Amino acid sequence: MLEGILIGLQTALSLQNLLMVIGGCLIGTFIGMLPGLGPMSIIAIMIPVAISLGDPSAALILLAGVYYGAIFGGSTSSILLNAPGVAGTVASSFDGYPMARQGKAGKALTIAAIASFAGGTIGAILLMIFAPMLSSVALLFHSAEYFGLMIVGLSAIAAFAGNGQVAKALLMTVLGLIMATVGLGSLFNMPRFTGGVMELQSGFGFVTLAMAMFALPEAIFLVLKPKNIGDDGGEIKDLRITRAEARSIAPVIGRQSVQGFFIGVLPGAGATIASFLGYAVERNLATKDEQEEFGKGSIKGLAAPETANNAACTGSFVPLLTLGIPGSGTTAILLGALIALNVTPGPRLMIDDPQIFWAVIMSMFIGNLVLLILNLPLIPYIAKVLAIPRNYLIPFIMFFTLMGAYIGQNNATELLLLVGFGICGIALKFANFPLPPLLIGFILGGMMEDNFARAVQLYGGISFIWERPMTLGLLIIAMTLIFLPSIRAMYARLRATGAADGD
Amino acid sequence: MALDRWIALVLLSICLLYGYVAWFTMDASLAPFMQRKPIWPSTFPKILSIFGIGLSLVILLGFEKSDDTVGEIDYRRLTDYKLGQAILMLALMVAYALCLRSLGFLGSTTAFLVLGSFILGERKFHIMLPISLTTAVVVWYLVQEVLGIFLRPLPFFMGV
Repeated sequence: MLEGILIGLQTALSLQNLLMVIGGCLIGTFIGMLPGLGPMSIIAIMIPVAISLGDPSAALILLAGVYYGAIFGGSTSSILLNAPGVAGTVASSFDGYPMARQGKAGKALTIAAIASFAGGTIGAILLMIFAPMLSSVALLFHSAEYFGLMIVGLSAIAAFAGNGQVAKALLMTVLGLIMATVGLGSLFNMPRFTGGVMELQSGFGFVTLAMAMFALPEAIFLVLKPKNIGDDGGEIKDLRITRAEARSIAPVIGRQSVQGFFIGVLPGAGATIASFLGYAVERNLATKDEQEEFGKGSIKGLAAPETANNAACTGSFVPLLTLGIPGSGTTAILLGALIALNVTPGPRLMIDDPQIFWAVIMSMFIGNLVLLILNLPLIPYIAKVLAIPRNYLIPFIMFFTLMGAYIGQNNATELLLLVGFGICGIALKFANFPLPPLLIGFILGGMMEDNFARAVQLYGGISFIWERPMTLGLLIIAMTLIFLPSIRAMYARLRATGAADGD
Repeated sequence: MALDRWIALVLLSICLLYGYVAWFTMDASLAPFMQRKPIWPSTFPKILSIFGIGLSLVILLGFEKSDDTVGEIDYRRLTDYKLGQAILMLALMVAYALCLRSLGFLGSTTAFLVLGSFILGERKFHIMLPISLTTAVVVWYLVQEVLGIFLRPLPFFMGV
């Protein structure tokens, strides 16, 4: 391994490749900050540039830098504007945005930068150690287990997002899944639920829905009830985190880097599940008082998804580099770029082109370091976004939501859908329906149905549910997650009336 | 009836419609070879429709105690807030969507940003106009030239 590390350092530390990392991180951060442009689109845009470099290591290093930068930039817009451009940073807005609203935008961004750095670096160390080993573990997961894993993820989100209103959160999840079935499915070559409308054939756009459920209601709420956003945003006070805060988030970062990495390794799971699961797990592990804080600006609630999504991004390179199977949309685009450069990722990559494999891993360390160094001093300037007067900021947020929806689908009808969904989102928000479960259901819906369909086809029915112990176990966990809060609430009620005390 | 139950009623009707399509009309157009497969395009939607109907009934019939905590905005007193501004902003977004193609990107974006801040009470046109115009040109350049996504810059009667 030492030999490999040295080969990697030799390649990654060349002047050209260092410039690639720095340039990639910068481009990624700035474009990623625009709501609506996620890592996937930015990498897709950068592919022509990367391919024209001609050198596979340099190309992969550039694209990997763009990837981290985009994830970090996405967290910035989640925290400052509550407009997550990437599914993986939706969870960061749960606590990051309340922190920014309390005037702690600087601290929130610092925590995000440190958590991302730690998650990415620890993830890269794990990648170095486990990449060869983990390829065999990932193969153990069949479509049945993926289906089970997604059910667990969705139940966890529904159980924790609803503030005790589990039925509402579950209904939103199911609604998200229902919306995901609109359009052409990948397994069945027929349009479903389009009502003959041509524009719906490709389904609803993810970015449109994300904008309509998060950014637009937020902007309208700001119109309805003016509260000085720029109140404390201008001066970023307490940028530094205190020693006590550092001590409280250190274990979170440690746990979530490992957990996020392993979730990222599983194809299809990726940064989104990792960040939500990380949030849910940390909320459950926190003490009673800290649990109250979650969703209202808890530093732990911000550090957990930030660490997890970066670790998962690193983890998602494992199946790509060792098996040649992309674990996420982003790595799928990277795979395309590599093939265009005449490199075939797979088990032979480490033997045939060790310098590429190790250079990428080394560039992950450098990239994370560059991001931290670039971003910490830039935070006060980034957070200045909040100091823009409300009269200018709100039309701009709305304009960016419109642009995000337009760029995603390249279609003006999408803008009308955006406003329509936005109004639905506002109504749902009025009635205290939690919106994140809807979006997550929508994101996972397609993958979930594909895996379900594949498992059913392999087993000729739903017998896989009881024939595969791992699937059964995952589904039992999901049931427990859903029913535990209601049973606990029932006990509490019974105890309050004195009924349960009878011995 | 509280708003959440009204919404549950709307969602229930959506789920019923969805379920009706999934259970009764979708399979008619299924090719014969597909019918021998253990899973049909309608299988997953059928399951979803059952869950959706069940869950919306739980909320509609009030099995789950709904919390009456007022969120950020109390919808029962909407008129206390700046409702007019909010509706105008939404209408402006719709207008933008409709005008984007015919009026061109530069014109409609500048108009959107200026009118948006005008609705919110800004009157300093000497600041609003340059900012809006710069944003429109910069974003147009990024989207059209850098990203290569077509955006008609000028009105339909002037060139492309």
